[in-house]
Amino acid sequence: MLTEELIIKLNTLQPGLVAEEGAQWTTVNIEPADWPALAPRLKNDEELFFDYLFCLTCVDWKTHLTMVYHLESTRHRHIMVIKSRLDRNIPDIRTVSDIWRTAEFHEREVFELFGVNFLEHPDLRLLILPDGWEGKFPLRKDFEDPVNMIKL
Amino acid sequence: MYRETEIIHAGSIASLDTGSGGYMVINIGPQHPATHGVLHLVITLDGETIKKVEPHLGYIHRSIEKMCESLSYRQFIYVTSRMDYLSAHMNNHGCALCVEKAMQIEVPHRAKVIRVLMDELTRLASHQLWWGAMAMDVGALTPFFLAFREREMINDIMEETCGARLTMNYMVPGGVMYDIHPNFQRRTKEFIAHFKSKIDEYDELVTNNVIFQNRTKNVGYISKEDAISYGMSGPSARGSGVSCDIRKYYPYEVYDQVQFEEIIETGGDSFARYLVRMKEMRQSLSIVEQLIDNIPEGDFQAKTKAVLKPPKGEFYSRVETARGDFGVYIVSEGGTTPYRIKFRSPGFSNLSALDHMARGAKIGDLVAMMGTLDLVIPDIDR
Amino acid sequence: MDVRPPIAPQEPFPGKVIPSPTGGVLVTAIDDVINWARSNSLWPLVFGTSCCAIEMMSTASAKYDWSRFGFEVARATPRQADVIIIAGTIVNKMAPVLKRLYDQMADPKYVVAMGACATSGGPFFYNTYSVVKGADHVIPVDVYIAGCPPRPEALLHALITLQEKIKKGLTREQIKMPKPE
Repeated sequence: MLTEELIIKLNTLQPGLVAEEGAQWTTVNIEPADWPALAPRLKNDEELFFDYLFCLTCVDWKTHLTMVYHLESTRHRHIMVIKSRLDRNIPDIRTVSDIWRTAEFHEREVFELFGVNFLEHPDLRLLILPDGWEGKFPLRKDFEDPVNMIKL
Repeated sequence: MYRETEIIHAGSIASLDTGSGGYMVINIGPQHPATHGVLHLVITLDGETIKKVEPHLGYIHRSIEKMCESLSYRQFIYVTSRMDYLSAHMNNHGCALCVEKAMQIEVPHRAKVIRVLMDELTRLASHQLWWGAMAMDVGALTPFFLAFREREMINDIMEETCGARLTMNYMVPGGVMYDIHPNFQRRTKEFIAHFKSKIDEYDELVTNNVIFQNRTKNVGYISKEDAISYGMSGPSARGSGVSCDIRKYYPYEVYDQVQFEEIIETGGDSFARYLVRMKEMRQSLSIVEQLIDNIPEGDFQAKTKAVLKPPKGEFYSRVETARGDFGVYIVSEGGTTPYRIKFRSPGFSNLSALDHMARGAKIGDLVAMMGTLDLVIPDIDR
Repeated sequence: MDVRPPIAPQEPFPGKVIPSPTGGVLVTAIDDVINWARSNSLWPLVFGTSCCAIEMMSTASAKYDWSRFGFEVARATPRQADVIIIAGTIVNKMAPVLKRLYDQMADPKYVVAMGACATSGGPFFYNTYSVVKGADHVIPVDVYIAGCPPRPEALLHALITLQEKIKKGLTREQIKMPKPE
């Protein structure tokens, strides 16, 4: 489905969405509060059928954090990108690990590197960082570590 | 070469009625005999049946994503060959494609063909090492030496052209770094002729071996819907019937001009994944054969500025490595260094399905499953 | 071709044979014989974390065989190994594991740091928060190898250097031993 058709279809599920200009794939911005209602419908709807979540990440803009989800449908072969802006002091968003099982590990990684809290995640703890690194979020832009990091 | 195990909770053997419910918790790793890398699995056992597998990662986490935020757009490519070192060319290729997409650089046709040739040779080398390592894990020690014998031939070809055996830094945004060596075509043709007879030998030695088949059939079953939901890709997913080859659906370079098949098996167990990789080796060999005589003349690198500054925006490129779908996501703010880079590694998603596959199996089956998933741990930890 | 002067005498067996009518008498020092025996049968512990492990596996297989030099069996358990070849980057989470493996090895033990990452942090030296900048922050090292990854011949050269060091009596292990009164 083309970008225009996808946007029309998405607006029937969640009104008020517009595609971003100049992006590589169809990109929409949503509010974190709308995500729990929209995500199962993206997977189960027959015309959309986004069953393959291939990238889940977070970007730290210095005033806020943005979650980015890349979804693909193995049946119709269209790709969509969902972005959601989170407040830096209360970065809460609901998990999608019950819908797409791959999100379990990806969300644990985003939690430990950026500090985003995923509500209702079955097991949110450190995955890649060693013990004792809770609370330090290394990939944030204001992370300082004079002991380990040698700056060029 | 056998696994290292270490009992961590000596107390839980005594307290069999309370605590973890009568189950024993055992560590496998992180020190392995160098086949898969440093993977730490905490398995909960009831006798010898596995109840739960929990991977602990991070023993080779080199903070590559943070480091790339201070490297320029030409410099960060060398780091990716150290991530999944067995398909180093394909990782570099993905990064170069992303930067070219951002700056809209047109790559000359000769460079595209050379890139695809190098990719397919690397895929062959990676699958050869996988075959040797998997057979060694299951217990057969001879295939390890046979696999390395062929791999050394590819390494020598790569060394003559690219300068290095393992972490070749050959792809740059705009093409390839140097032109191919005059001996490249002759040596590759010798290798093709040699390998065609050897791959039948591989089949005779391991694939048709009744002990190997008993170890891998009906072990580690995962269904098609579960494989998609866990985000699996590459040969591990194609063994369950998922059709996901990036070279077919989103072709890049000259993949739409060569004839090859996407291998799909519907078994879903370890033996199906094994067969996918064996057949993929034959397909890669046929792609190399089609291209080796038809390398067009021309430039090997497009003219680019010395300092690359992509415009503001976000760019994503996908390539098919030997393990699956590798993605490079660059967020650029217009400067000389990227603002944020994310590498979507195929092993990370493949590993998350291990727990699902291993419930109810024995420890020996776990070894066979990890062999067919073809994990390279630095790719997972980044 | 090795351009530096050999650091150990090049004779195959240390000692002097004095011929006598019924055969010969071998005169040698016990330390020399022990060093000769130890250096020619070092069993490595495979400790490969990342890319250098593949070059180590290449050295172990048929083209650049290391069992010609005595490294016949690569043991997986530290209790039965003599030399630990650190092939790959050491990160903060792995450093206690490395220390524990080193402590579990029995004396005499030797350490080879293979590759740029184990020598000094390598390509991951600047701007990383989790890499130990050199394995010698954790355990003492006898031989360093440069390269990223080093060629199998470089690894063989390092292993032969280790053998010569042992024969000469210059490893950290041997210097630590108390002198006879």
